[in-house]
Amino acid sequence: MGGERITRTDGRAPSPWPGLSRRRLLAGGAVAGLGAALAVAGDAVVGRSEATDAVASVDLNGPRTEAFHGAHQAGIEMAPQAHQALIALDLLDGVGADGLRRMFRVVSDDAERMMRGVFALGDSEPEFAATPAGLTVTIGVGPEVVARTVGAAAGPSWLGPLPAFGIDELQDRWNGGDLLLQVASDDPTTVSHASRMLLKDLRSFAGVRWHQVGFRTAPGTLPAGGTMRNLLGQLDGTVNPRPGTEDFAGVVWHDGTGAPWLAGGTSIAVRRIEMLLDKWDRLDRSGREATIGRRLDDGAPLTGTAEHDEPDLEATTPVGFPVIAEFAHLRRARTDNPKERIFRRGYNYDLGARGDLVSDAGLIFTSFQADVDAQFVPIQARLDELDLLNEWTRPIGSAVFAILPGCQPGGFVGETLFA
Amino acid sequence: MNPTRPLALAVALLVAGGTIAACGSDASSDGAASNGGGEAVTTTSPGGEDAALSIRDAWVKSAAVATTGGEDMSSTTAMTGDDATSTTAAMSGSDTAMMSAAFGVLVNDGDEDVVVVSAASDVSSKVELHETVESASGEMTMRQKEGGFVVPAHGELELQPGGNHLMFMALDKPILAGDEVKVTLTLDDGSTLEFTAVAKDYSGANEDYAEPEG
Repeated sequence: MGGERITRTDGRAPSPWPGLSRRRLLAGGAVAGLGAALAVAGDAVVGRSEATDAVASVDLNGPRTEAFHGAHQAGIEMAPQAHQALIALDLLDGVGADGLRRMFRVVSDDAERMMRGVFALGDSEPEFAATPAGLTVTIGVGPEVVARTVGAAAGPSWLGPLPAFGIDELQDRWNGGDLLLQVASDDPTTVSHASRMLLKDLRSFAGVRWHQVGFRTAPGTLPAGGTMRNLLGQLDGTVNPRPGTEDFAGVVWHDGTGAPWLAGGTSIAVRRIEMLLDKWDRLDRSGREATIGRRLDDGAPLTGTAEHDEPDLEATTPVGFPVIAEFAHLRRARTDNPKERIFRRGYNYDLGARGDLVSDAGLIFTSFQADVDAQFVPIQARLDELDLLNEWTRPIGSAVFAILPGCQPGGFVGETLFA
Repeated sequence: MNPTRPLALAVALLVAGGTIAACGSDASSDGAASNGGGEAVTTTSPGGEDAALSIRDAWVKSAAVATTGGEDMSSTTAMTGDDATSTTAAMSGSDTAMMSAAFGVLVNDGDEDVVVVSAASDVSSKVELHETVESASGEMTMRQKEGGFVVPAHGELELQPGGNHLMFMALDKPILAGDEVKVTLTLDDGSTLEFTAVAKDYSGANEDYAEPEG
């Protein structure tokens, strides 16, 4: 290990392909004879051309598109993109049903165009649109939008703030909102531009309340379809319904009962969870694994050998303690009630060092479920009651939105609010 | 491609500030045409044959009004922030007529050039065909396009902020973001093209139209 470490004294960045470029360079006898100074320059030049060739041979991800139209909105039943912005807005005073209808039409048109790789109308930087990189725009509403359209009584009972939990240390700047945009793409530049375009078009209707930007592992870093690793180092989201299955549909999509405008929609619970990484640093590996009930490397339960093994909650150690502790996150999150399941789509955030903190970072937890009260709240209540992980995590933001159903060509997301 | 020079226009705007008689800087000129992808909104041909002319990506700049008595106050709130400038610009001039402009890409699928000679809309009693040109003093100014807009055979003509556009000279009412505005173009053979342009808030295209001088 120590032998591979190179301490440079010449201020030059190490070549990413030192062996290859050196050999290439030496193969050209004439160049090699020109002396060490030129060899240094040549080293860099060869390295760069190798890199260019390698990039050109990879299938570009930029033109990849996701479908906008359908029974459900995009951005949920899919493998999450690498980058995401969640933006909550508050409606301006006096924006009524007529204004909201115009707003939804504009936002839908922007989303539809940008998702198929075409600039939004009036976009002053249309070049960005050519690289959607799997862009999705997903639109959600809070109780205020429901009140100003179909009427407050038409909302599902869970649409509003979550019950207060004992572990919450919520800051109002991360809470609530009347309108939600989820903007996701494998390219962070695309997320930035699409967010900006949408917010420009929303200025007449709503003001930004909070804006949370997050990331997951970049495409191509790991095989697709794996579980993401959060900044505590844990595989996060092992137990998740699989997109494209009936199981997923049952957990996520609302059937319209009690709120016909929501048929084909769902709900999103957003929790901004600060991770106390500097405190987590003091915990050794066995303590970390006992906290979660899973091994850190492969995510296997402490009673199993692979990530998706069913944990054995009855197993005990030779001295009689449960292998998966009573306080373990895994045990506390589980239930025998098949209704209490959610689809997680979390993103890491990292705001960098702050004051004495090495890391101001955490998880933008989001989960989708047909019914927040029946599915999400019981799980959260158990974790609130006992979960050793709470020692290193701190919920600082909380919001719930209804995610509107999708629309067909010619329609717009939000149209069911005006039926 | 459109012959206007976005860079020169942007520079002129920087120099002249709010008094420039132009439609705003715009980096989208070439990109907007080449990215394409939009569909014609509506085409009709009174002549019976298939119309050669169509338009895609049509939009119109929203235009707020100073006061409103309506219960939907979004037009008033549009007065706040950035929109205040455009409103001021729209309301400035010798009278208080509100102005706006419509944009898009005119597409001619026919074998002959098509000439647009006039335009009308349900929101403005007067609509003019404008071009943006550099005056002798170096300022970018708008003026009526003499001879109308020529859309070349099997070609396109882009209407864009800072370039050719349909100028709404006297709005009868505010245009709110998301409104759908009907526009009718009349060609030199008397046929027409009707389309709908969606209204978008846009910080550029700040009209400060001056009556043509002698």
